[in-house]
Amino acid sequence: MALLRVSSPHLSRRGNTGDVMLLVIMATLPGLAMMTWFFGWGNLINVLWASLVAVCCEACILLLRRRPLAFYLTDYSAILTAVLLGLSLPQLAPWWLTLIATGFAIIVAKHLYGGMGQNPFNPAMIGYALVLIAFPLEMTSWLAPQTLAIAPGQAMGFMATLQAIFPFISEATSSVDAITMATPLDVFKHKGGLTAEEFWATELVVSPESWKAWQLVSLGFLTGGAYLIYRKIFSWHIPVSMLAAITLMSLLFWATDPSNYAAPELHLFAGATMLGAFFIATDPVTAATSLRGKLYYGAGIGVLIYLIRTWGSYPDAVAFAVLLMNFVAPLIDHYTQPRTYGHKSTK
Amino acid sequence: MNTQTFHGGIHPPENKTQSTQTPIETALLPNKLILPLQQHIGQQAKPLVSPGERVLKGQMIAAAVGYISAAVHAPTSGIVTAIEAHALPHPSGLSGQCIVIKPDGQDQWSELTPLENYQQADKATLLQHISNAGITGLGGAGFPTAVKLNPSEELLIDTLILNAAECEPYITADDMLMRERAEEVIQGLHIIAQILQPSHCLIGIENNKPEAFDALHQALESSHLKDKIHLISIPTKYPSGGEKQLIQILTGTEVPNGGLPADIGIVCHNVGTAVAIYRAVTKGEPLISRVTTITGEAAARQGNIDVLIGTPIETLLNHFGVQQDLLHRVVMGGPMMGFTLDSVQLPIVKASNCIIAASRDELPDPAPEQACIRCGMCAEVCPATLLPQQLYWFSKAKEFDKALSHNLLDCIECGACSYVCPSNIPLVQYYRFTKGEIRIEEHERTASDHARQRFEARQIRLDKEAADKEAKRQARAAAAAAKKAEKAGAADDDSTKAAVVQAALERAQARKEKKAAAADSNPRD
Repeated sequence: MALLRVSSPHLSRRGNTGDVMLLVIMATLPGLAMMTWFFGWGNLINVLWASLVAVCCEACILLLRRRPLAFYLTDYSAILTAVLLGLSLPQLAPWWLTLIATGFAIIVAKHLYGGMGQNPFNPAMIGYALVLIAFPLEMTSWLAPQTLAIAPGQAMGFMATLQAIFPFISEATSSVDAITMATPLDVFKHKGGLTAEEFWATELVVSPESWKAWQLVSLGFLTGGAYLIYRKIFSWHIPVSMLAAITLMSLLFWATDPSNYAAPELHLFAGATMLGAFFIATDPVTAATSLRGKLYYGAGIGVLIYLIRTWGSYPDAVAFAVLLMNFVAPLIDHYTQPRTYGHKSTK
Repeated sequence: MNTQTFHGGIHPPENKTQSTQTPIETALLPNKLILPLQQHIGQQAKPLVSPGERVLKGQMIAAAVGYISAAVHAPTSGIVTAIEAHALPHPSGLSGQCIVIKPDGQDQWSELTPLENYQQADKATLLQHISNAGITGLGGAGFPTAVKLNPSEELLIDTLILNAAECEPYITADDMLMRERAEEVIQGLHIIAQILQPSHCLIGIENNKPEAFDALHQALESSHLKDKIHLISIPTKYPSGGEKQLIQILTGTEVPNGGLPADIGIVCHNVGTAVAIYRAVTKGEPLISRVTTITGEAAARQGNIDVLIGTPIETLLNHFGVQQDLLHRVVMGGPMMGFTLDSVQLPIVKASNCIIAASRDELPDPAPEQACIRCGMCAEVCPATLLPQQLYWFSKAKEFDKALSHNLLDCIECGACSYVCPSNIPLVQYYRFTKGEIRIEEHERTASDHARQRFEARQIRLDKEAADKEAKRQARAAAAAAKKAEKAGAADDDSTKAAVVQAALERAQARKEKKAAAADSNPRD
């Protein structure tokens, strides 16, 4: 009789990293559903296309690195990166844009740094930042929100969207007759001489329906994120401190000069704030580790987002803010080591 | 009384009810008893018997050596067949000297010497009696009890804690002991209190043991110390039975880094130890048996048994109907901190509180290790408030200085981090490896420090010798010079003599020259 000889503990909770990743992917679904409802099929197609690209890139690199394919592919981390990219890129982003962003994220930002768990920067945001800098025009092709159900005539159909993203699949001349537009943050940034009050009064620029669509999408991500906190996939520290920092910063400036600065509401519910707070900033590999460190890390992202949005040259800033704080994470870790049992205080 | 909480902790499946359905079984008499001389922390005991000798039940067969050590007693009467090396139930799997006894079936007691009027006995007498009974901590670590009961005189022991938490899954030995022998637990506590004279006693028991709680509560009713003893139900959470964690729960204070509980006026003992003390003092019985839980899915019956120390585990497993084809892993201790046994030929020792005969489904083989994603679940459950994920990276990279600065040595190896790790990383194994490496490094550093000190001392000695030599040489030279000078002074009369000789020589020379001159003046012929 051969008895197993292993070191304690002998018990472990069921589950693996793949289960965690799958749960996070599932938690993006409310937000994705809202996006599909208001902005059409674009994001869903992007997500699927990016996932395909990610799995292929991951498989190729794993083969090159002589690693077992099934073991690593079923940790679903590549798919999660792809999903986050698909949610961040504009609906009508051409196929090659998604391909470049995803490929760069998986091959360079993830595997060249050593693969799963070793990357110092958030791979999805590296991919996003690359295409944002290299292809600024394509990155602004956000669709105007047009509920599929409310305006079926005006909304872009699945095939039309598919054709817009992959123009080569049909001989028919690609006619993007959908109304693309800038995001509310973009519009607000370039409101020119208008005061904030005049800006909101001009419903043509950001219609109440459009604004409502953005709010509901954000609520979708908030719901998914709250579920993940409830399931203890990550702690509340990063999202809460990040949202608190954005709220405080915007409240401070808006209260002093409401004509020039956007209200906290716009900062919280427009753009990628909620997606960023719950799904991007919380990437544990690249974030700070201790709970206190996470508070600083999240707050840093929040402050940077506000600064870049308000005074930088990009309307949204989640990617840059997260990447900048990735740099700082090891430093934060160094100074926020928790007090160990029986020790007087941290060094 | 309010209880505090400690950081982190986990709630693994308890699996305790399987072994609490039947009363504690009485000891069975195996056909061989194997008694290691080292069942405790400290120095190995010294055998007092030789092969072929007949021993009686309760007779001391090995004596303590030095202060931190414990005696060993014969668990039954029989013949000593050998004193030889035998594999020990220890995580290392190493062998050690054991006394092997073949029971004669008569179970004949030696003469027992209970302590008469122990309530009036002084501390030294009680400690001596406990020491002679070979009692070690029965909670798992096996530290000699008499030593732990005798903290430094300078320390004022204010609080005595009786650890009844039994937080590890599967183990129910203390639970059943308290249910059935609550009186003995409280009597034992009285004796400990008599020795330590604390101002109050706290009994911490997890709230998953209501029967044991009630039994203790009832036993306390008649206690003369009942105003001083507080029975405290604490929330069930692993590892609340860890000494440091229980102290934090019950008193809200932390044992200072590198110190002992006694440094903050606390001494902690296990309930099983209290019973052993009671029996030793009032009945004169040394520690020759203990309550052990036999559990696991491979066993047909699961329960607790009052087992003789030295009983081969195989005998016990057969007694509980363990099916060999189901048996996949044998764990001594709990599933969180226990260790696996290579073979079932090993004996039960004083610290063996549980044997898990696990099937493959029950404790499956470890899942393959995935990459750490620094999710931080480990840090959330760590009872020492460490950052396990950082310690893992440092261990993997062999950055021992960083591991030390992140207080790796404060890790109690409770296994909570490994339990929750979604990547199935055997974190505790990494920490054990690193602790071992650090220990070796420190040992080597000490050794090289000593070598350097020795070298430097020798160098200094050689230099000093050389300097001494030189000094002596110079002294000698100086002395010689001085002597010469003295000689020069003393030789003044000699110089006149020399002058006379010189003058004589000069005269002779002059004569010779004169002669020569005369010869020269002659024509050459």
